Amino acid sequence: MLELAIKGSRRYWSWVIFLLVLIGAGFIAYLYQFRVGLGVTGMSRDVSWGLYIGQFTYLVGVAASAVTIVLPYYLHNYKKYGRIAILGEFVAVASVSMCMLFIFVDLGQPLRVLNVLLHPTPNSVMFFDMIVLSGYLFLNILCGWYILGSERKEVPPAGWIKPFIILAICWAPSIHIVTAFLYQGLPGRHYWLTAIMAAKFLSSAFASGPALLIVISLILRKFTKFDPGWDAIQTMGKTSAYFLIATIAFYLFEVFTAFYSNIPGHMHPIQYLFTGIHGHTKLVPVMWTCTALLAIALPILVIPSFRKNERLLGFAAVATFLALWLEKGISLVVGGFIPNPFERVFEYWPTVPETLVTIGVWGIGFLILTILYKVAISVKEEIVFDKYGEKQIRS
Amino acid sequence: MYNGGKIVIGLLIFVGLVISPFLLKGDKATAKPDPKVDTPEILKMPVGERTCVEDKEYMKAEHMKMLNEWRDWVVRDGLNIYTSKAGKEYTMSLQNTCMKCHSNKSKFCDECHNYVGVKPYCWDCHIAPKEEG
Amino acid sequence: MSVSRREFLKKIGSSAIIGLGGISAVEVLLPGQFEASQLSRDPKALTGKRWGMVIDMVKLDEQTMKNCIDVCHRIHNVPDLNNPKEEIKWIWPETFEHAFPGQEHVYMGEDIKHMHFLVLCNQCDSPPCVRVCPTKATFKRKDGIVMMDMHRCIGCRFCMAACPFGARSFNWRDPRPFIKEENKEYPTRMKGVVEKCTFCYERLAVGLKPACVEASKGALIFGDLEDPGSEIRRVLRTHYTIRRKSELGTQPSIYYII
Repeated sequence: MLELAIKGSRRYWSWVIFLLVLIGAGFIAYLYQFRVGLGVTGMSRDVSWGLYIGQFTYLVGVAASAVTIVLPYYLHNYKKYGRIAILGEFVAVASVSMCMLFIFVDLGQPLRVLNVLLHPTPNSVMFFDMIVLSGYLFLNILCGWYILGSERKEVPPAGWIKPFIILAICWAPSIHIVTAFLYQGLPGRHYWLTAIMAAKFLSSAFASGPALLIVISLILRKFTKFDPGWDAIQTMGKTSAYFLIATIAFYLFEVFTAFYSNIPGHMHPIQYLFTGIHGHTKLVPVMWTCTALLAIALPILVIPSFRKNERLLGFAAVATFLALWLEKGISLVVGGFIPNPFERVFEYWPTVPETLVTIGVWGIGFLILTILYKVAISVKEEIVFDKYGEKQIRS
Repeated sequence: MYNGGKIVIGLLIFVGLVISPFLLKGDKATAKPDPKVDTPEILKMPVGERTCVEDKEYMKAEHMKMLNEWRDWVVRDGLNIYTSKAGKEYTMSLQNTCMKCHSNKSKFCDECHNYVGVKPYCWDCHIAPKEEG
Repeated sequence: MSVSRREFLKKIGSSAIIGLGGISAVEVLLPGQFEASQLSRDPKALTGKRWGMVIDMVKLDEQTMKNCIDVCHRIHNVPDLNNPKEEIKWIWPETFEHAFPGQEHVYMGEDIKHMHFLVLCNQCDSPPCVRVCPTKATFKRKDGIVMMDMHRCIGCRFCMAACPFGARSFNWRDPRPFIKEENKEYPTRMKGVVEKCTFCYERLAVGLKPACVEASKGALIFGDLEDPGSEIRRVLRTHYTIRRKSELGTQPSIYYII
């Protein structure tokens, strides 16, 4: 099926070349980082993880969120998702690939990465994270590719794939729970040391993932002949809305616990993020932008008449995706390191090479996504009708 | 042949990639390596006893594996004395034992390493003795 | 016998996987080539079940403290980057509110408030850094030392996130140009690995106490916490001591007399 990806319109190739340029810039920046060391990033002795690990964390969530499409479709036979289940699975493939790359670019000695396999260490959460991520990548490639193949041949998928689909559904939350465990089991990092971390991770993932798929679906409707279906888009909007409410609630629970208990260690990171400490305010604009975006997105997603407006919905989806990216992709990781173990504030802000590498990895992710989607949509264009006999291609 | 031209171009690129190491190797390391064992520390030893921790053939073939195990024994198990097959005791240390005798890294270690094109990162951390000239 | 192209590729692929897997399995499973009898400890080596240290702040004056820090950083080739972002330190001074955050109060005497406490890796009995390391590059030795295997560290910095004492430093770039005077007896580090105090394991192996202890004029007491007859146990019995963030349950092996 892969040959479908090398036959495309001018617009398709322009987009691919644009992504390749981003990837090239990121690669050059990475070579510079590889030669000089991670000192070219904004990370420091005190804030020893930054943008890279933030992206990793956020993208694990996006990957896991495929389950919000796959589960209703396969377990509850929700037919509206029949056409787009593959979109969810391919988002997962692209996201997990980016996760692995972000871990890789964050390593000080990347050439030794296989030490993780050579000296397997079951007591390290990072070891488990590697296992669950690889497993999830495999499951999504397998299920996505196989089901698309049978769709192309217009035969029902064979029975043996079903257990893998069920396994992938169960597996999805595990990748994000294990990622939360990377953080929430560390003594002395008050911002992370909370049992609700895993729950908050899942809820924010299940809000931002569907938001991304809404944006993608709207783009596909506009630029290709494939129609993901308005009902499916509306359902994703509802999913995103409920999980967004849960995410905001979970965050407010944190704020209550920290401030009503009045324990300084628990209050400091939140104070740092929203008001700054001792004049250190680098992340304050990030947090308030996040808050403002959520304040706009939430009513649009929740109130039906707003949600049914295509343009408003698209805006809300972008706002949700961005806001949760600011929260999880930047502030969550950095906030955990501030103040440092000596109750001192040492701030973090990404550098230019670090940003370029980050953009490059996103570029690779989007390239993978583009190729997979090109294949999927070409298949759908060939067969025109979805498996329930409805037209999925507009003439 | 379908797409004959494309296949031929593809084959040429493939062959080019495969032989690129030979094309790009330059002039370096074509001379047969000749590691020198004439450092002052070695010359101080009586002629009959000029031997490494194990015999020459063994060291030639196995020194990398030996160092690999030494570092685990020392760093991970806290054992730092090695008794050679001949019964002599040595402190297991690249920097303080091996390089004390082989103080001529460029004429000893690098000689073969360059020839076979390996770049062990030992000396990124372990300080090599200062060499004259 | 005719083999379809599909079958051929399948067979070739699986035999390659089995072949490569077999080779690496042999490499991993094959025991070392040395007899256990060939390996031993220096008879002079100091051995203990759980090394620990008491820092007697009553005896430790500023100049001695500086000597302790200098000697450690000098013999271990700790670079001086002069840059708080990329700073590398094994042992250094902190004031009370930073060394023991949460223990300070507004009515505290000026002397204690401004006193410098010597801080270093706590050599915890239940070290979170060891728990999180994905390659066992940091591990606890049988004598309680939380050790770093620089050969194995992949530089993921999980241990730095896990350490509640800020004891770990990362080599954000090649440290060599920043080492004023190299100690030729001890290695440096390379870029991309984490380092910290190792309780002078290399000195213990040849029968010497840690360098800071030697430079401390008796203000640092080093010994085996598991040995009831040791000097350190006598000091711990007869003095009131505190540890940093003991509430986190990591069981630091560094005690402070104030």
